[in-house]
Amino acid sequence: MTNQLVIYPLLLQLFLSIFLMFAWRRISWQRVISIVGGFINIAVSIWLFAFIWNEGTHTVQAGNWAAPFGITFVADILSATLVLLTAISGLAVSVFSASSIVAARLKYGYFPIFHFLLLGLNGAFLTGDVFNLYVWFEIIIISSFVLITLGGEKAQLEGAVKYFTLNILASMIFLTAIAVLYGLTGSLNMADLSIKVAAIENRGLVEITGILFLIAFGIKAAVFPLYFWLPDSYHTPPSAVSAIFAGLLTKVGVYALIRFFTLIFVDNTFLQDTILVMAILTLISGGLGALVQNNLRKVFSYLIICHIGFMIIGLGLFTEMAIAGAIFYLIHDIVVKTNLFMVSGLIYRITGTNSIRSLGGLYAQYPMLSLLVAIPLFSLVGIPPLSGFWPKISLITAAFEGENWWVIGAILFASLITLVIIAKVWANVIWKEKLELPERLNFRYYEKLTNEGKMQLVAPIVFLSLVSLYIGFGAEHVQQLSSRVATELMDRQQYIEAVFKSSQTTKP
Amino acid sequence: MEIVLAIMIGFLYAAGIYMILRRSLVKLILGIIILGNGANLLIFLLGRISKGRPPIIAGDLKVFAEAYADPIPQALILTAIVISFGLQSFAIILIKRVYKVVKTDDLDEMNAIDQDS
Repeated sequence: MTNQLVIYPLLLQLFLSIFLMFAWRRISWQRVISIVGGFINIAVSIWLFAFIWNEGTHTVQAGNWAAPFGITFVADILSATLVLLTAISGLAVSVFSASSIVAARLKYGYFPIFHFLLLGLNGAFLTGDVFNLYVWFEIIIISSFVLITLGGEKAQLEGAVKYFTLNILASMIFLTAIAVLYGLTGSLNMADLSIKVAAIENRGLVEITGILFLIAFGIKAAVFPLYFWLPDSYHTPPSAVSAIFAGLLTKVGVYALIRFFTLIFVDNTFLQDTILVMAILTLISGGLGALVQNNLRKVFSYLIICHIGFMIIGLGLFTEMAIAGAIFYLIHDIVVKTNLFMVSGLIYRITGTNSIRSLGGLYAQYPMLSLLVAIPLFSLVGIPPLSGFWPKISLITAAFEGENWWVIGAILFASLITLVIIAKVWANVIWKEKLELPERLNFRYYEKLTNEGKMQLVAPIVFLSLVSLYIGFGAEHVQQLSSRVATELMDRQQYIEAVFKSSQTTKP
Repeated sequence: MEIVLAIMIGFLYAAGIYMILRRSLVKLILGIIILGNGANLLIFLLGRISKGRPPIIAGDLKVFAEAYADPIPQALILTAIVISFGLQSFAIILIKRVYKVVKTDDLDEMNAIDQDS
């Protein structure tokens, strides 16, 4: 039963999407199936996580072809954690979509595509094969193209052109990098590559391959100077779609960076320095970009970029403590960013606009909702004891030990600028006096929704806020988890052994 | 043979990236297609080209006795071709929709998203 446990999250999402396609025109069925599927997905992911936590890294060889010849699926503790977080965000967005996405969009296959996207994400987190990772990335981007264009509004299509072009370019660079890597080593299995790349004499060529991977994943993860597609496209689709993009799509790039630069391209100071410089510039430019925006969702888009820097900086410092900090930040960020975009969607439903200048008076109108919104906003800044605070301690301590003063400066600067931005958002959106906005015709305002509709908008925000609070107040557990992930990542031998050991025992 | 392919791949990459940098949407799609073909040929080239040596082990042997053609690059290319075919068809539909809605194929005139709201 547990032998194939690693691929259950994949199978579940695959069958869920196929099942949803059979209910193509029955939107009310699709809503129920998607939400129930989300709950099952969380159960399966918790099962996988508990299993990996107790038993250690587990692998499945597709078709029982022994590694490195077949495609390997590897669930180590990092993959299991990310699959669990995907399930949590996925469920929240499913519920949020049920009420916030209009029926016209749902009719054209929103839910099946959404679950294909989750399938791609789970696949990317669980695969142990480079080319297979490329295929999962393609599944992710094809689904995301459909989600970003669904509805076909002018701004959406314009955003989609930029999103589409840059993502395809990233895929092509990724493919080029795979070609060069295959030419160098003759292998595609990550564990096998880890051994073979270390043995290559021509280090210059290895560095170039590393840079190609860095650019490919850098575009996906939106690091400086490759992020320009993100703020142009993430605010155009409905906020439920932005929420899942913000929470998980850029993070899959970060995951790939962490996986590749702790397993395959290691002990290379040139690559680490490049990553560090990119991270510092990402922190600064993302923060400054957010400062000047007026659209709430554009502000949050720039904050995504800014905070990607925290994770990449941990990778650039490359000590166990720094990587633990980066992993902690990754866990915190997935939950908070998904939540933030749902909050912006809720605000849009209440007022009919996302322009910070025209917003206001939310506290006078909905005091309880405003207090709820405070949790993700202040978690994002990292006001202790909320969740954003703890990983920064690890990162700054690690930077102190390495005497990287620039890094500490950038981390503090980005934190300060986030604080300024959130204070500005709070003052303008929540506290400022309510402005008279022209009533929009045919717009489904929050107050006109049924109680069920209201609950479907608020419940996922409450759910993710509770998860955020747990990450903040239960920081000890999360710290324990991220330290364990960091220890596993630094010890490549353990990953390699896990992949090759299982292939020996399963040999016929 | 290798050198001819290498030059051609370099040319395809250069042409593809140049086309992506143009302002017209149609040229953008052409650039993506050309770049995709370049990447596929690169996999083919880096998988080592060998002629007339099938990857089949002779009946009386256990392992390969001599150099053989590696079948993996071809499997990779096939997968990549199918994926890029899907992406390109989506891209063509997308630019058709964009052209209908925005009424221009000049990327510089697409600035609805830069307005504040």
